[in-house]
Amino acid sequence: MNQTEKNKENKTKKNKNKENKNKIKNLSNSSDFLKNSYTIYVCGVGGQGIIKTSTILAEAGMKEGHNVVTSEIHGMSQRGGVVSTEVKIGDYKSSIIENNNANMILSFEPIETIRGLDKGNKNTKLIFNTTPLIPPNINSQEKDYPKVDTVTNILKRNYPNSYPIDGNKLAIESGNILSLNMVLLGATIASDGFPLSRETVIEVMKENLNEKFHEMNLKAINLGYNAMQKQKKA
Amino acid sequence: MNLKKLITGESGEKLFLLGNEAAVRGIIESNVSIASTYPGTPSSEIGNILYLLAKESGIYFEFSINEKVAMEVAASSSISGLRSFTFMKHVGLNVAADSFVSTGYVGTNGGMVILVADDPSIFSSQNEQDTRHYSRLANIPTLEPSNPQEVKDMIKYGYELSEEFKIPIIIRCTTRVSHMRGVVELGKYQKEKITDKSSKNSNSHWKKGYFEKNPEKYVIVPNIARELHEKLVSKIESIEEEANESNLNEIYSINENKPKLGIISSSSAFNYCHDVIVEDNLEIDILKLGFTYPFPKNKVLSFIKDLDGVFIGEEVDPIMEKEVLAIIGESKLDIKVYGKTNNIFPKTLELSPDIVRESLNKIIKEKTKNKEIQNQLSGEILDLMDKLPNRPPTLCSGCGHRSAYFAVKKATEELGIADENVIFASDIGCYTLGVSPPYETADYLLSMGSSIGDGHGFSKATNQTVVSFIGDSTFFHSGIPPLINGIHNKSNFVVTILDNRITAMTGGQPNPGLEVDGMGDEAPAISIENLVIGCGCKHVKTVNPINLKKTIESYKEAFNHDDLSVIIAKHPCTLIKGQKKKRKMKIKKDKCNNCFDCVNLLACPSISIRNDEAIIDETCVGCTTCSQMCPNKAIGVKKE
Repeated sequence: MNQTEKNKENKTKKNKNKENKNKIKNLSNSSDFLKNSYTIYVCGVGGQGIIKTSTILAEAGMKEGHNVVTSEIHGMSQRGGVVSTEVKIGDYKSSIIENNNANMILSFEPIETIRGLDKGNKNTKLIFNTTPLIPPNINSQEKDYPKVDTVTNILKRNYPNSYPIDGNKLAIESGNILSLNMVLLGATIASDGFPLSRETVIEVMKENLNEKFHEMNLKAINLGYNAMQKQKKA
Repeated sequence: MNLKKLITGESGEKLFLLGNEAAVRGIIESNVSIASTYPGTPSSEIGNILYLLAKESGIYFEFSINEKVAMEVAASSSISGLRSFTFMKHVGLNVAADSFVSTGYVGTNGGMVILVADDPSIFSSQNEQDTRHYSRLANIPTLEPSNPQEVKDMIKYGYELSEEFKIPIIIRCTTRVSHMRGVVELGKYQKEKITDKSSKNSNSHWKKGYFEKNPEKYVIVPNIARELHEKLVSKIESIEEEANESNLNEIYSINENKPKLGIISSSSAFNYCHDVIVEDNLEIDILKLGFTYPFPKNKVLSFIKDLDGVFIGEEVDPIMEKEVLAIIGESKLDIKVYGKTNNIFPKTLELSPDIVRESLNKIIKEKTKNKEIQNQLSGEILDLMDKLPNRPPTLCSGCGHRSAYFAVKKATEELGIADENVIFASDIGCYTLGVSPPYETADYLLSMGSSIGDGHGFSKATNQTVVSFIGDSTFFHSGIPPLINGIHNKSNFVVTILDNRITAMTGGQPNPGLEVDGMGDEAPAISIENLVIGCGCKHVKTVNPINLKKTIESYKEAFNHDDLSVIIAKHPCTLIKGQKKKRKMKIKKDKCNNCFDCVNLLACPSISIRNDEAIIDETCVGCTTCSQMCPNKAIGVKKE
């Protein structure tokens, strides 16, 4: 493109800008806004596959025609620090879930569930892995890692929709501890009120992960799905 | 998503992209020829993706030695007629500032866009500074995207603006924009034909420009700079007209009735304000600003003139707020401004929907919707929350930094130097994690490369023993001048260059010490040892920190010199892929007397206490540090 053409193009753009100048965007009303929305707070420890899981959930939402935004905090993710992401399906602009507003807390580690509770409320679905990851510096801290049974019982007592999942065991059963996130993904799609279909989520999983592992991942998703189904019946 | 989609995706196609991925698509759609960076969170992923995609998209890309050089690469490419892109974190712009401030004077030919990622709430930085001050300091127009779609679109618009006004453009992101994922509709991408304007044959994969000499424009000696400054100021005045009319600045209104309250917001802060106002059905109009410097005064004036009060929703410093106060003062209006200066919004950290609601409530209490759902955390939950152990990020299993830290402490102990008399000057990188117990090897930190300058200062100011820690990439970035300074000024301290053969903290980018460049091609590796010798250092020793005995001896020797010595602790980062697997370690129960030195002194993620016994788990990478330091020789190689 030569300079005259470029200037011409810029001019048309400018005029377009001017046309829009006085246009006022209407805000949608509150009930429309909240209809069809679903928010998931995903938390755990760096290296557990949290970011991948939330991306799969979000892309599945997009595939089913929803607007989706997610937020993730990188940086310390590979060094054993706390990692969390927020998945928001619906007409949100903000990628941060308001306190007390998460429809689901999906936790990859028992005590990280507790740290995430500010995001939830009594009706929030709590799906959490029961295998602990003890912080490596625990001996130089004054606080001990609490007993997992105690954590599970307190959560069950306080949150009627608590679903503890022995994710590590099921992941190993599916062939590799690394498929822990797939087990929890399976449990998520089996939970009541989850707005996306199992088929879409599996399709997106396949688009996102190496074909070599599809079979194992599917097995892990199914194990998580069934574990959740069993809990709902119990 | 396959990253290749950032090149192959067609116009109109929708992808779910990270802000930083959208930035890459933005420069691809803009046919950028030259891109440069020094990695820094939250902007790092842009570079990681360009490392993979630059060649295919006709871009020359490099991880420059530091941000200042990256800025200079982009500026000179632009003046040669090419579109150039440079990106960095907020504190990176401090490093680049010396050249950056002059870019407005000399201007551009090809479009030049500078993406700067601020880090409100300091998720991974040393401070929370606001890049919008630099927009004003250097007179550089600034756009603020609020989501990945806008990151892409504003980059494209930034090139048009840059070429129209011959000035670089800043895209100011924040962590929540760079690390937000959202639906992005792609624009058109037509790969440009690679031509070589210099008429010399060239086999490069990117377009070449041509520099036409014009010293009266490009060489800023005082008499020219005076003239150029004047021109720059008037340029900014005409760009302000552009900002006033830009559709990046738009009004959102809840209904036909003109409310008496408004809010002016930009970037990620806009998202929170928008959602709260919509969700709570608040009668507040929003002016969303995307083109924020030069400040669109007329647009703002027409928005506020009939209001009783206006909120300012912005992150970090009250910059728009002061602009608005100035407009109100100039126009002698009677409008209340609710922002940071009068403590309606917090003065530090990022905003959130909760904080925005709380801030709005201070003024419109009776009108906000009561949140129906409240989280009543029960007593036993609160009690449990109080008792949770922390989970700070830690050095990885097998990390050489851990061994170096153990060795330096052991050496000072054996020499009888009290802990309080050893000053550890630290630097920016994984090794900053040494600040935590049990290492406690970070006592002072300012910025990239500061460990050596600080170390020199401490050695002149005190009689204490001084050790500096700096990584390989950080040493290249800004450790060389202070090293020369220390040697020339007869300093007496020990510099440790923790050479883990990668830029680790930001996600494993190459640096000049490696035989690979920013596009994955072979490149000459620069020897750190030769550099240190070249700087005039008389005592240089390269050790593998995993060899504890040798490392301890090297430190003891270094402490005995009465001038500056350098220890290069060379051990590859365990996160580098494709390394040979070593055999894991195991505790021999018959020899272990439960002293827990391995647990307490190393804090290795692979060693823990279970049922009152130390155990080494499957995550061990076999570095052998624990077996060397165990006082009972109770740790050995595990039989597979």
